[in-house]
Amino acid sequence: MERVFTGPDSPSAPEGAVTNDASGAPLAIELRGIVKRFPGIVANDDVDFDLRPGEVHALLGENGAGKSTLMNIVAGLYRPDEGEMRVDGRPVRFRSPRDAIAAGLGMIHQHFALVPSQTVTENVLLGLDRPRFLLGLAKHDDAVAELAAGLGLKVDPRAKVWQLSVGEQQRVEILKMLYRGAHVLIMDEPTAVLAPQEIEELFRTLRAMIASGRSIVFISHKLAEVLAIADRITVMRRGRVTASGIGAAGTSKGELARLMVGREVLGAVERTAFRPGPVVLSMRDVQAENDKGLPALRGVSLDVRAGEILGIAGVAGNGQSELAQVVTGLRPFHGRIEIAGEVAEHRTARDAIRRGVAHVPEDRTGVGSAPNLSIADNLIMKAYREAPIAHGWVIDVSAARRMAENLKDEYSIAAPSIDTRARLLSGGNLQRLILAREIESKPRLLVAVQPTRGLDVGAIEAVHRLLMARREAGAATILISEDLDEILGLSDRVAVIYEGLILGTFDVAEADVQKIGLLMTGGTGGLPLKVGPVLPGVPGVPGA
Amino acid sequence: MTTAVPPQGVAARGRRTLRLERRLDLPRWLPALATLGAVAFALLVSALILAAVGGDPVRSYLHIVDSAFGDIGVISDTLVKATPLILTGLACALAFRMRLWNIGAEGQFLMGAWGASAVVLFPLLPPGAPALAVIPAMILAGFAAGALWGFIPGLLKARLAVNEIIVTLMLNYVAALWIAFWVFGPWSEGGFQLTAQFPREAWLPRLTDLAAQVPAFGGLTVHLGLAFALAAAVAVWFVLRRSRWGYEIRLTGDSPSAARYAGIDIARNTIAIFMISGGLAGLAGMAEVSGVVHRLQQAISPGYGFTAIIVAYIARFNPLGVIVAAILFGALILAGREIQPAGVPGMIQGIVLFSLIASEVVLRYRIRLVRG
Amino acid sequence: MDFVTIMAAGVATGTIYLFAAVGEIFAERSGVLNLGVTGMMLMGAVGGFATVVATGDPWLGLLVGMAAGGLLSLLHAVVTIHFQADQVVSGLALTFVGTGLARVLGEGLSKAGATSLLPKVTVPVLSDVPIVGPIFLHDQSVLVYAGYLLVPAAWYWIHRTRPGLNLRAVGEYPAAADAMGVGVYPLRYLYVFIGGLLSGLAGAAITLAIQPGWFGELTVGGRGWIAIGLVIFAQWDPLRAAVGGYLFGAIDRFLLDVQGPENFFGIRNPIYYDHTLTFFLGMLPFVLVIVVLVVGSREAVRKRIGAPAALGVPYIRGERGA
Repeated sequence: MERVFTGPDSPSAPEGAVTNDASGAPLAIELRGIVKRFPGIVANDDVDFDLRPGEVHALLGENGAGKSTLMNIVAGLYRPDEGEMRVDGRPVRFRSPRDAIAAGLGMIHQHFALVPSQTVTENVLLGLDRPRFLLGLAKHDDAVAELAAGLGLKVDPRAKVWQLSVGEQQRVEILKMLYRGAHVLIMDEPTAVLAPQEIEELFRTLRAMIASGRSIVFISHKLAEVLAIADRITVMRRGRVTASGIGAAGTSKGELARLMVGREVLGAVERTAFRPGPVVLSMRDVQAENDKGLPALRGVSLDVRAGEILGIAGVAGNGQSELAQVVTGLRPFHGRIEIAGEVAEHRTARDAIRRGVAHVPEDRTGVGSAPNLSIADNLIMKAYREAPIAHGWVIDVSAARRMAENLKDEYSIAAPSIDTRARLLSGGNLQRLILAREIESKPRLLVAVQPTRGLDVGAIEAVHRLLMARREAGAATILISEDLDEILGLSDRVAVIYEGLILGTFDVAEADVQKIGLLMTGGTGGLPLKVGPVLPGVPGVPGA
Repeated sequence: MTTAVPPQGVAARGRRTLRLERRLDLPRWLPALATLGAVAFALLVSALILAAVGGDPVRSYLHIVDSAFGDIGVISDTLVKATPLILTGLACALAFRMRLWNIGAEGQFLMGAWGASAVVLFPLLPPGAPALAVIPAMILAGFAAGALWGFIPGLLKARLAVNEIIVTLMLNYVAALWIAFWVFGPWSEGGFQLTAQFPREAWLPRLTDLAAQVPAFGGLTVHLGLAFALAAAVAVWFVLRRSRWGYEIRLTGDSPSAARYAGIDIARNTIAIFMISGGLAGLAGMAEVSGVVHRLQQAISPGYGFTAIIVAYIARFNPLGVIVAAILFGALILAGREIQPAGVPGMIQGIVLFSLIASEVVLRYRIRLVRG
Repeated sequence: MDFVTIMAAGVATGTIYLFAAVGEIFAERSGVLNLGVTGMMLMGAVGGFATVVATGDPWLGLLVGMAAGGLLSLLHAVVTIHFQADQVVSGLALTFVGTGLARVLGEGLSKAGATSLLPKVTVPVLSDVPIVGPIFLHDQSVLVYAGYLLVPAAWYWIHRTRPGLNLRAVGEYPAAADAMGVGVYPLRYLYVFIGGLLSGLAGAAITLAIQPGWFGELTVGGRGWIAIGLVIFAQWDPLRAAVGGYLFGAIDRFLLDVQGPENFFGIRNPIYYDHTLTFFLGMLPFVLVIVVLVVGSREAVRKRIGAPAALGVPYIRGERGA
């Protein structure tokens, strides 16, 4: 499923951009020989990088390649073990983020550096030298609003950050940096949380900033976007640079993929024909509140059948998390949920587990595992209540250990032993552990939320293979992901969630990225939607 | 200037620097070594402080060892002091395992003592009832009273998310006043601030009771409570290590959100653990009034409930380790009565606790010599 | 047993709670829980009292008391901020150390005779304003007036100034503060220290102004813990902490007064006739703290406010969620 980004300037470099620093203009950023080590790993291994003024330079690599670490050094959060850095031609040594900001470098992190309980203006002011003592917020509210308007960004300066959508929060981050006069912007995976249309909007904003004299580093692992927005591309793999500053015009997705991963990236996973069985999960008019007491699900209805993967597409914050929690018993709800034909009361996770619902949660380290318990203890989290692991109220330790050893081998969990603490596992291995545990419980329904977030390509492929295998075996799966490519690649049907409602459900063969993107941001554009299977009396669905 | 963590560059010698890095592995012997190191450090610091206020640290320490382990008689006395510490230490270790901060072991101890006394002093059993009836009744009453005192903070925490640290602490004060009321009031003996002595049937059997059969036991005041304590330690160990419930406790203590995800009923476990923890401390109170003091009075605890916190910590919440730590602190309490000035043992306990938690840093970080 | 007397005494005793609670509010707002308030108060109390016994200068005693509390708090700061140890246990350890150390240093002080106290002040003219005057402005220690100034100043500092903005950021979401160049560690050290100074001040206020004399641990008693409970009740707001403090101070006084009269409006006063019932009176403040906590918790759940989000969590750069 190819996605083509349309826009005035893609994919080649715009006319008039500075392409040759031999013309005398100093490089905005220059890194030479950067080395950064963490315990057990060399995150950056002799890395060179440069940013020319007025360009968009993409830093491409899979998760764990070292891109964020490198830019964190530029942003003053880490100090390099070796190597040197120049900004505008002058050597610099940043001791803290303050120094970097003072030098005109602004980084927008993947996890926004925003204090959720404070207002937009307070967040913009945080860390500035002026005002020195008295804040005088009212005056600054106006200044912030003015700056935002001037840049075409819509923000309410008095709103508290937790009330904003993810896209709005990102705008606040950009505003923060511009308020500080940043002339270099470093953006770390900015499109991970955006819908396709919002990505277009972001790219327009970025080009406007270039036009006004700034330079941008764009960190990403998404090939199509990088080719669409970047002038030059540097590719990193396992801490090393595999291609330095190559022109975007002169390369292709295939070549970039090879530079990123070191081999041909396998395309979509093999799928067999779609042979749906009986309905395993049925939701009717389900409503639920989020943690703030605001409505998160406002009447969700959907069906999932055995042997199918239903992908839920949507921008973060539209109810996906709550949907997963309601189905797995972690959140109270109103409405009707049936699992394999039986009405589920689902007051606790225990109910859901008893009914054969497995959950691969969003938060691997905080929810899906206990960091200080051993791998073995983590693996029995679902199985410890019954034989063969438990006899009455005693746990058969040797049976538990046998099970753990088997699963460790079967799912290739790389670790010194089953007694290793879970916190020491890499993201990919931890996910293998969680999947192993959930799949072993032979669930009727598997709910997988952001299962490949932050994983490297090898781990991503492993997860996809496991999900497809479950599908072959006749299990029903709900796949919730912010990565539209992943959803389109794995799902049999796709449902789009927006503001707590399912706006449309498509068979994947007929799915149109444009339409889905539009729904993800709430618009229907008058396009006729095919909603299937037919859901009786669903309120609020346009065109139903 | 922000300090980067892990803390960087402790010393630079030529081209080599000392660096602190996050640890990747945890050798099995390290926690024990860290504990020993911390205790040794604390003893050293305390010695310095003792010297600074005019005491003689070496003499004091030797005195402690001698008066606690010098001969069979004092060893027995040490064990008597250790008995309530084992039980209250278990109470704390069990609760702390689940990250429930039961600081109320002192109050639960007192309530247990009261409950046991009530059997004799109300009386709840007819006078003249045989020991075989009275002792178990006292055990039950002591455990139940302590469990009730643990139930209150447990319920408040489970249902209303009320901070259990403050509730348990407040209940300590309430329990002390409750005992004061009964001791000064209805149960006061002859207007004095203590109750009548319990009848013989209400005394836990001691080794010295068998002096007629075994002369060597003469004068040894070790009582049956020690057996309860040891049995309880083994039971708690078994439950934590081998039972389904123990698994749930360990999981909840490590990650409450993971426990919820696994379908564990955290509220129910919170209340249950708090009740058992309170019950164990209450049992300690019963053992003290029935095995040692043989009456109810105000000063039956030299701070067992607070020392128990440190005992639990030294044992790293391991029930069997609690036995060892309790004996050591029993020695400290026994000998510490004679250390002047009065606040020193409490201070030493605090320093030990600080050293212990500070020492945990070596479990997370290691020092590396880095060339560069 | 009249209202004005009780409230006036309440304001005086309440000032002790106020200082300790506001100090703890500062520390907790920066993200560090410090349960060692009792220990710091005792150090302040013994430091102040010992100084005034030795030198006769209560102002010097005040400074020494504050310094004692502040220095003790640094122990907690180092262990929890730099060593990243558990804040709950560290606070308890601080209580043990502070209490023990204070008892050691206070050896023999209980026999000291009368000492000079900090002066009391009556505001002319305004102290005649009905009700408010006699309660707040009549014959109160200078420290009480200091309390009146501290509360709005603390509020203003937290909500309307840049240092306050930094404080709140560090306690709510230190990763953001760090990324924006605000020093998380230095600020936490600072505010834990300020908490220590104020707790020391609270202790010194007891021995130098409100209840002079040294009585070992009983000098502070359970008041340190009540102050910590008040912080939760106050929802980390200095204004509410003051109200709570004065209220508890008034209750302390009321419980004393209620033992006196033979009759209440013609009804027999049971406490006068049976003094063992005073023990139940003594329980009231502690039970009240529990009630106040329950009420505060329900309110927090309802209004979805609560503790500073990062309270109790050591900050480690680079460690966020998944």
